[in-house]
Amino acid sequence: MNVVVCIKQVPGTTEVEIDPKTNTLIREGVKSILNPFDVYALEEGVRIKEQHGGKVTAISMGPPQAEEALREAIAAGADEAILLSDGAFAGSDTLATSFVLAKACTKIADYDLIICGRQTIDGDTGQVGPELAENLGIPFVAYVSKIEEIKDGRMRVRRMIEEGYEVIEMSLPGVITVVKEINVPRLPSLRGMAKARSAQIPIWTAQGLGVPMEKVGLLGSPTRVIGIFRPQRTRRGELLQGSLEQQVEELVDKLRQAKTV
Amino acid sequence: MAIHIDPDKCNGCGLCIPACPFGLIEVVADKAQVGEGCTLCGAYQEACEYDAIIIEVEEKAAPSDRFRGVWVFAEQRDGQLKSAAYELLAKGRELANTLGTELCAVCFGHDVAGLEELIHYGADKVYLADDPVFADCQEDLYAGRLASLISEHEPEILLAPATSLGRSFIPRVAAILETGLTADCTALEIDEKSRLLLQTRPTFGGNIMATITCQTRRPQMATVRPHVFRKGVPDEKRRGEIIRVDFDREAVTSRTKLLHFVADLSERVKLEDADVIVAGGRGLGEAENFQLLAELADVLGAALASSRPPVDDGWIPYPHQIGQTGKTVCPKLYIACGISGAAQHLAGMQTSDVIVAINEDANAPIFEVATYGIVGDLFQVVPLLTGKLRDARL
Ligand SMILES: Cc1cc2nc3c(=O)[nH]c(=O)nc-3n(C[C@H](O)[C@H](O)[C@H](O)COP(=O)(O)OP(=O)(O)OC[C@H]3O[C@@H](n4cnc5c(N)ncnc54)[C@H](O)[C@@H]3O)c2cc1C
Ligand SMILES: Cc1cc2nc3c(=O)[nH]c(=O)nc-3n(C[C@H](O)[C@H](O)[C@H](O)COP(=O)(O)OP(=O)(O)OC[C@H]3O[C@@H](n4cnc5c(N)ncnc54)[C@H](O)[C@@H]3O)c2cc1C
Repeated sequence: MNVVVCIKQVPGTTEVEIDPKTNTLIREGVKSILNPFDVYALEEGVRIKEQHGGKVTAISMGPPQAEEALREAIAAGADEAILLSDGAFAGSDTLATSFVLAKACTKIADYDLIICGRQTIDGDTGQVGPELAENLGIPFVAYVSKIEEIKDGRMRVRRMIEEGYEVIEMSLPGVITVVKEINVPRLPSLRGMAKARSAQIPIWTAQGLGVPMEKVGLLGSPTRVIGIFRPQRTRRGELLQGSLEQQVEELVDKLRQAKTV
Repeated sequence: MAIHIDPDKCNGCGLCIPACPFGLIEVVADKAQVGEGCTLCGAYQEACEYDAIIIEVEEKAAPSDRFRGVWVFAEQRDGQLKSAAYELLAKGRELANTLGTELCAVCFGHDVAGLEELIHYGADKVYLADDPVFADCQEDLYAGRLASLISEHEPEILLAPATSLGRSFIPRVAAILETGLTADCTALEIDEKSRLLLQTRPTFGGNIMATITCQTRRPQMATVRPHVFRKGVPDEKRRGEIIRVDFDREAVTSRTKLLHFVADLSERVKLEDADVIVAGGRGLGEAENFQLLAELADVLGAALASSRPPVDDGWIPYPHQIGQTGKTVCPKLYIACGISGAAQHLAGMQTSDVIVAINEDANAPIFEVATYGIVGDLFQVVPLLTGKLRDARL
């Protein structure tokens, strides 16, 4: 089983602020991390390799500094890592991102399973996994919370839905996105960290991947972010006063008047 | 596509700096410079008083006027339409009226009940693919059939619910059609001048809202967070057409197969449909203390919910989680006990009609969205409240 794990480098906090004077995102001092859900994707890839043999390849599309995230992936147990980086990729939306990732998987060629996180903590769309599957023309299952069995080119998984979970069988190669319920990631080993430091991480560019310019970056991205703002909290809380008993009494009265209870 | 600053016109005044929503502009040696990551949104082009900013957009064929109509994907499960279908119809009707076009619902399923209601709630047409294979939501088949229907009828907008089904198969439809998709929208509006759909969605875990457009391709596609829009009032006199579309079972094979479904039985009252929800957070301290909330929920006929930490710690199963990576709910009353009110939690409940917060920390952000707040120990307040409500009933 050769597994490809897609990872993204994201800001280490979602508590990003908008500068009130300039109305821009404040980026200084925010350190980058590996998208939290991708840590579970990596761990699952490593577990599959341990059980079934094969190797784990981590790939990431991003600016040169995304290499740090790929080194983290090697420390977490990936055998190799590839950075997909090119000025032409800047500004890619999920359609263009999944197109580049699909090209990379096609170039890797020898894969049985591709694992993505359920979503990132910055862009937050959860669209890259399913769009990647469609670009490759292979089956897809989202929100996987457990891999029950892998056998004879098929895989049986649990998939979380609103009402409980489904047990789904899929043919391989395929793409899954995973939720954090799927495993408890191990801490990087000393050996892994040493390996991460010395690993060679090749960079694949637009040309190397053979992607046409009109399919990537801004040109290849149908969506545009035209503005950002801070959400407005519409209500100002009314804090009730008095002893706890008085407060509870007042609350029940208010709810009754509003016919909420 | 590219952005240039005309060095002859730019005098380094810096007016453009605050206009860039991403903070990418710097003035270096009295000339503006644009950093990496520019989306060519044009915001600061307007801010420049000297016309020094030039955005070169390669002439892309503007989307053809052929594309007309607003479509809504009406999700069903076990032959029952989900409430999200009606919410999308209400919003879709509004958008279609603004655009002066028709509103169509698309439904895939088998023996789905109440299809007429889609018309009562605003649809002019309902495209129905009825086949036993659609009884379970087979995403491979859904994606292919929806994409081919869209190619045939060319709507300008497609809205789908951001449920686990919608967020999983709608991106595949967008990839087949090579068009843009905006995830998990909480506001939708038409810019009447350009006919563009302005799609607003939370990002960065709900801390930042982003407005997104899809200018050059059609349809403009969006998944919409359930329970954000209100369902409308049905008009039983409304007339429309139910159009059966075929489904060629031989032509496609599903490469995934549903073996079985395991329902979460811990839910006594369905969260999505509950009028009243009692929710607990880390402040409960331990699993057993959910019993306290269960008693309050019992008196109120309420459903029980949770923030993420109790789910992570195994106090209550995942289907009870409210928030960005859980469910979105919009009950008449939401009582949050021992929940601090992180953006990721608020994302799932802040549109509730009345929010009551019980928390011992007066500075907890939950009080910013609460209609009524009680600052105090939940272990005292909740039993008092349960008692009062019980007395009131007798
Ligand atoms: C404020 C804002 C709003 C946006 N809204 C939209 C939108 O509505 N629609 C849209 O199409 N684009 C949108 N984008 C662009 C989008 O964020 C980027 O395309 C991004 O590269 C990937 O999307 P994501 O972060 O949502 O990833 P998700 O789809 O949430 O990521 C899921 C998984 O895919 C994999 N993955 C994602 N990105 C990469 C990568 N670069 N390299 C390797 N693996 C990866 C990871 O396994 C990840 O866990 C938005 C961007 C911003 C800044
Ligand atoms: C990618 C991502 C996705 C996430 N998705 C979700 C999500 O879907 N849903 C979600 O809820 N969270 C989500 N989170 C987590 C979120 O950021 C918060 O950590 C979480 O909501 C906090 O839960 P809480 O309010 O129960 O706990 P805390 O923040 O620890 O708050 C506990 C509160 O209880 C109060 N308290 C303690 N004891 C008492 C007492 N005796 N009486 C009264 N009050 C008391 C405290 O004052 C405190 O305010 C997500 C985070 C990330 C990074």
